[in-house]
Amino acid sequence: MSDTATSGRAAVAVRPAGVRRGRRGRPVDWKAVGAFTLLTAPMVLGLGLFKYVAIGWSFLLSFSDARGTVDLGSWIGLDNYTFLLKDEAFRSSMTGIILFTIFIVPVTFGMSLGLAMLLNGLRRGRAFFRTSFLIPAAVSYVVAALIWKMSLFNGLPSGVANTIGGLFGWDVQSWIASTDPPLYWIVIITVRLWLQVGLYMILFLAGLQAIPAHLYEAASLDGASRWEQFRHITLPMLRNTSVAILMLILIAAFQAFDEFYNVFITATGNSTAPVRPPLVFLYDTALKGQDYGVGSAGAFLLTLLIILVTLLQGRLVGFGRKD
Amino acid sequence: MRKTTRRTPVTVLTYLVVGVAAVLFLAPFYFMLRAALMTGMQITDPNWHWLPDPFSLQGFLDVFDDPSVPMAGALGNSFIIAIVTAPVSTLLGSMAGYALARIAVPGRGVVMSFIVVTLMIPTSATFVPTFVLVSAMGGVNTQWGVIAPGLFNAFSVLLFRNFYLKFPQEIEEAGRLDGLGHLGVYWRLVLPNSAALLASLGTLSFIESWNAFLWPLVIGQDPESWTAQIALSTFLTSQTINLPALFAGAVVTILPLIAVFLFAQRYIVQGIAATGMKD
Repeated sequence: MSDTATSGRAAVAVRPAGVRRGRRGRPVDWKAVGAFTLLTAPMVLGLGLFKYVAIGWSFLLSFSDARGTVDLGSWIGLDNYTFLLKDEAFRSSMTGIILFTIFIVPVTFGMSLGLAMLLNGLRRGRAFFRTSFLIPAAVSYVVAALIWKMSLFNGLPSGVANTIGGLFGWDVQSWIASTDPPLYWIVIITVRLWLQVGLYMILFLAGLQAIPAHLYEAASLDGASRWEQFRHITLPMLRNTSVAILMLILIAAFQAFDEFYNVFITATGNSTAPVRPPLVFLYDTALKGQDYGVGSAGAFLLTLLIILVTLLQGRLVGFGRKD
Repeated sequence: MRKTTRRTPVTVLTYLVVGVAAVLFLAPFYFMLRAALMTGMQITDPNWHWLPDPFSLQGFLDVFDDPSVPMAGALGNSFIIAIVTAPVSTLLGSMAGYALARIAVPGRGVVMSFIVVTLMIPTSATFVPTFVLVSAMGGVNTQWGVIAPGLFNAFSVLLFRNFYLKFPQEIEEAGRLDGLGHLGVYWRLVLPNSAALLASLGTLSFIESWNAFLWPLVIGQDPESWTAQIALSTFLTSQTINLPALFAGAVVTILPLIAVFLFAQRYIVQGIAATGMKD
């Protein structure tokens, strides 16, 4: 208790008073400048190189004819961009990832919130169940894709999904290779759910535990049902958590690479995959095909899409928040 | 609190749902282990076997004995990369975060903005450019090429800055009285008092680095520079797959992380709770 009180006071005392006004009049404290520079320099130089220089260079490449080279010089204007926007493969990778996002975002959100609420209501065994749901989060997408592809949905009669289906008398399905109906979506979606639900569940649990219990007590004294309590206490109190989590799931979904690459890959690469999300497309174009101009242009188009969707989602979710 | 009469059936139902969900979440581990301990014949047998009969460790021998997929070397590479990335990236984040929170100098706001702006750039926008840059610097097929771009994490700077803003001032004042400068205070007093956050973010960074796929794939083009994830992924595309060896490879790859997870779960949970609240 006294700890938080002191630290709160300290923060107030140190920051606003010390920084601005004092500096103007007094001579610069060179010892402080030296220490500040030493402590921040590695981070500033590293980010400067690997973010600013890299992105600047790539931005210039996106206006260059850069096949098999990363040298600048042969400017071709917007040709890389118009090429991509006309390219059937790039367009279908964009629609594919939008479809994927529309599926994965609400399902991940709903399952994590649902599990968090169930866990929060448990008296005993909460730690055990929390571990069970979180432990897949430590598994890599490669290993998960491997289990999904070679065991759960391997398309053989010995596969787990087909064995279970057999109990109900269903036919053996090829799952990953099945395009009509597109059963491969079940494979792709469940991989990501298995790996991610536990993470977001932890965030929701933290949010739920921050809701004061007396709100629920007062509500149930007033005769509010469980649904009413959820609707009028839980959801509004989780607003910030929910917005943050939605954003995280969304941005991660647009950048999906690992599971698509590993689930669909064959000895000949990814060319036969029914869906090639943008990052796989960019990998094939820039790294395999060595066309760094088109690859860079594609990276910027995807970034633009992510920023647009994030802003749009911010508007939709934030709608009616003020007043 | 609430009436016990209403509580019981709801509680039973809750345990039932949570229990079924837990079985579903843990089942893939069982299927992986089961296949790793079977023979290839048993794995593809259409008649279901719950347990391997006989138990076979051949897969674990075969996975280290495949000339086209150097699994042992790949595990070593992954270990070196993760064991360097986790402490260094966490320390760099803490250093910058401390300076931004506690050392008032002119231009501090500019440095802060320079760092925070990079948070808005998604990874998808950086992997082609970063490859362009790192390959120009000769980093393809090297371990530093895999490690270097991952050391600079603006988000960890932000988390440490928020942590140090609330850091008790008394500790720093005591250090000053003992004649320590800014760096001395940071190194001797502040850093040891940040152990919990360092451990949380370091553990997460270790897991992330061990599991990373896209960047090591881009950089590691020679088999000698593969990480465990790349080796496994390559294994998955071989013409004739030795199934028990493949699953044994998966087991060996996740074993270190399960160990980290079980010993450091507290830090992982704290780390996720801290990092999730970024926006």
